[in-house]
Amino acid sequence: MTFWPPGRFWPDNHERVVRPYALTAGRTRPAGGRIDLVALVSAVRTRAGRDFGIDDVAELGPEHLNLLRFCRSRASVADLAAELDLPLGVVRILLADLRERGLVSISQPVVTGHNDVRVLKEVADALRRL
Amino acid sequence: MPYADSEPSGGRSPVPVAIKILVAGGFGVGKTTLVSSVSEVRPLRTEEEMSEPGSLVDQLDGVERKTTTTVAMDFGRISISDDLVVYLFGTPGQKRFWFMWDELAYGALGAVVMADTRRLADCFPSIDYFERNGMPFVVAVNCFDEARRYPSETMRSALNLTDDVPLLLCDARQRSSSRDVLVALVEHAVARLSNDQTVTPAR
Repeated sequence: MTFWPPGRFWPDNHERVVRPYALTAGRTRPAGGRIDLVALVSAVRTRAGRDFGIDDVAELGPEHLNLLRFCRSRASVADLAAELDLPLGVVRILLADLRERGLVSISQPVVTGHNDVRVLKEVADALRRL
Repeated sequence: MPYADSEPSGGRSPVPVAIKILVAGGFGVGKTTLVSSVSEVRPLRTEEEMSEPGSLVDQLDGVERKTTTTVAMDFGRISISDDLVVYLFGTPGQKRFWFMWDELAYGALGAVVMADTRRLADCFPSIDYFERNGMPFVVAVNCFDEARRYPSETMRSALNLTDDVPLLLCDARQRSSSRDVLVALVEHAVARLSNDQTVTPAR
């Protein structure tokens, strides 16, 4: 029997070990609306600054818990998917579960177009220094 | 783009801004090379419904009921400050991946379309896409050592580019060259913004 390293969804030969729907209990859409690719996720400390307790995370799968661990410091959805090596669609569904339980807060980007010349100039200057 | 909290939170004071830039172009044109020369690149996998199988590419014999496909994108991140991050997404340019682009394009600052003079037609679908959805883009011709050089006027007319679309020559292996491409894109976006104060949404 082969053991994959914990948390690795894809072995080196890129063949799927676990089908994505197995991780999402067959769901293909996140609960509670779309989550943008670069939306920022942070874990919410529950009840008066305490870390979440066992009751908060009961019934969650290992992937949920992994996600929760990674977003203790603010991370984008794309970062989380790349970090955990999970397909984006799966990550979105799992994040929606965490949001429903009040364990993470997700800041959706407000899409107003990139109409802030000041910010764009700052970006151009920073890129020039690369 | 600025963010709004989905729910009231502890109030991090500065609003984080994410700049999303797409890097598009045909297979083997140097998208991964460009993204990895300016940022740490990681694969990002998506499991998406197939809009249509790539009839010449995807052998579906025996898996006729397969309706999803796994696509890996190159994902790079340049952290400018704690609150300003540039995300780069390198995506396959073939038309059959357009279903993925709609999501990537949403809220994106703009795109770099990479071209190889030996297979110029490979970048046509990408140019089509960005022209159609009105997103600012620049064309970066990756100068492969063995590829013939052409005057930019010749390339412009071969690509049927309008005058306002910047066309640059680059060497995606060089950090400075890839950086210049990104700077050109941001400057192009700024110029478009200044010319036309009615902001065009990305789609």
